[in-house]
Amino acid sequence: MLETQNLTLAYDKATIIAGLGLTIPMGKITALVGPNGCGKSTLLRGLARLLSPRGGSVLLDGHDIHRLPTRQLAKQLGILPQGPVAPEGLSVRELVAQGRYPHQSWFQQWQTDDETAVTTALEITGMAALADRPVDALSGGQRQRAWIAMTLAQQTSIILLDEPTTFLDLSHQIEVLQLLERLSRDEGRTIVMVVHDLNHATRHAQHVVALRDGNVFASGDPREVVTPRLLRDVFGVEADVLPDPRTGLPLCLPYGLHVS
Amino acid sequence: MTQQPWFTVRARRVPVSFRVDKRVVPVLAIVLLATVILMTLNIGVGEYPIAPLDVLKTVFGLPTGNTDHSFIVNTLRLPRMLVAALVGLALGISGTIMQGITRNSLADPGIIGVSAGASFVAVTLIVVVKDVPSGVLPLAAFAGAALVALLIYMLAWRKGDSPIRLLLVGIGIASIAGALTTLMITFGDINDVQRALIWLTGSVYGRSWEELLPLLPWIAIFVPLALLLARDLNALNLGEDVANGLGSRVVMKRGVLLFAAVALAGSSVAAAGTIGFVGLIAPHLARRLVGPLHEGALPVAGMLGAFIVVASDLVGRTILAPIELPCGLITAVVGAPFFIALLIQSRNR
Repeated sequence: MLETQNLTLAYDKATIIAGLGLTIPMGKITALVGPNGCGKSTLLRGLARLLSPRGGSVLLDGHDIHRLPTRQLAKQLGILPQGPVAPEGLSVRELVAQGRYPHQSWFQQWQTDDETAVTTALEITGMAALADRPVDALSGGQRQRAWIAMTLAQQTSIILLDEPTTFLDLSHQIEVLQLLERLSRDEGRTIVMVVHDLNHATRHAQHVVALRDGNVFASGDPREVVTPRLLRDVFGVEADVLPDPRTGLPLCLPYGLHVS
Repeated sequence: MTQQPWFTVRARRVPVSFRVDKRVVPVLAIVLLATVILMTLNIGVGEYPIAPLDVLKTVFGLPTGNTDHSFIVNTLRLPRMLVAALVGLALGISGTIMQGITRNSLADPGIIGVSAGASFVAVTLIVVVKDVPSGVLPLAAFAGAALVALLIYMLAWRKGDSPIRLLLVGIGIASIAGALTTLMITFGDINDVQRALIWLTGSVYGRSWEELLPLLPWIAIFVPLALLLARDLNALNLGEDVANGLGSRVVMKRGVLLFAAVALAGSSVAAAGTIGFVGLIAPHLARRLVGPLHEGALPVAGMLGAFIVVASDLVGRTILAPIELPCGLITAVVGAPFFIALLIQSRNR
């Protein structure tokens, strides 16, 4: 169970998140949505202990993650930051092998478990055939899948992703989102992702958290959370929300700016 | 089971397992062999030429039928060669660490001014204190190198990791340290200045056991330390956030690695002055040969560094013989165009 209690996050003097309480449901995909500057990426960094809280805490199974040894936490929670860059010439397999870092020690650097975890991660992400290619020679979608494979090799029950589909073209976006769905559905992993596209959130996440000005405006099942009022109050746009003819999930069609 | 690109070593009884890229062992063996051959040739050439076989015999204490050989090889020329190889090793590893933690393939202890800081403090010591014991010089050089590293860290690194900012600030600090060193030389006593100047050119000329011995503890501590931290360097090389997410104690590991890089650069400057560009070229060639993972790239870059300095010294000694060019001049002639080519390449990307 991952939750925040009265969490306050700040950069220097600018407070981004103030006194936030949030519970992330286990085994589901949670999407953090909101306009630019609402604090969704900051919140994700806080959840991943990349940013120390100014106040309050992030609890994993009741333990403050900032008090846990970072290696121990890295066996339970993985984070894929936005737009990571692999060193030139690093192969996919070598990148994925880096995910084993928290499981290794000075004397145990490559056990059978490590080999198995890498092979499995490559297979799940469909990267096995590309394993010996350099990461910098891949397409955007393949590259993102290689990084996701690295976090999978870490074998954590929770995976946090910051805008995993940004800068990808449409088919690569779907490629990555479907992979995340499979991870959640087939492996029961808890996934928390920051997404820009509200329709991606409604279609691929079972839990949506909408943030405004550093606080939770609404959270829950996308069918209940995503409404014309949410689009107006959180994103400042007027929109129709229709049931998706294929899935019945809410589909947002913005048609104008909201003037207050 | 697919063909793995790495060798895996797993002991049955003891809980030990390692993995290394398949390319590393042959590449290391070839570069080591080439370096030893060049060292042997280099010891052989000079005013009193000695055949390579006699050089090897003398080094291993076997009789060659000429009693002069022992003095010429073991007292005069061997320590110089060992200094050249160890300085190259230190520079290659120092450069690899710096490029790894800054994620900047243009970082090099010479270019970003770490060596210049080391030179400045060491020259100041030579000129002001005069008879400096040779064991103190590495400490002084280390202090100077550490000072510059700290300055660069505060001025350029923490405000985002723009590679060009790091370079510009480093080059700026290098020129300031260079100017201060010149000032020291201008005011110094002529005899001290002469000593400082020979040393500043970046040369292993006239290096004896007296310069070699103080270098040994630095190599013996910081080279193994760097190799032990290879995995952490891999994690840091993926970026601070990814390294944090993998459970690396980023600030601590980066601090220790930077400390090792600075110690190696500083002690190499204390032994042979500023030999530029070795820390830039060696890591690039190493990554080209064995890939960017540091379990392989670190030792290969170290070995290549040794090769480069030994080869530069051989070229410097023979190309205009009997005039000797300092090996730092040779590395600069090769290294500067290499640096410019990398700069152009990185701009086009």
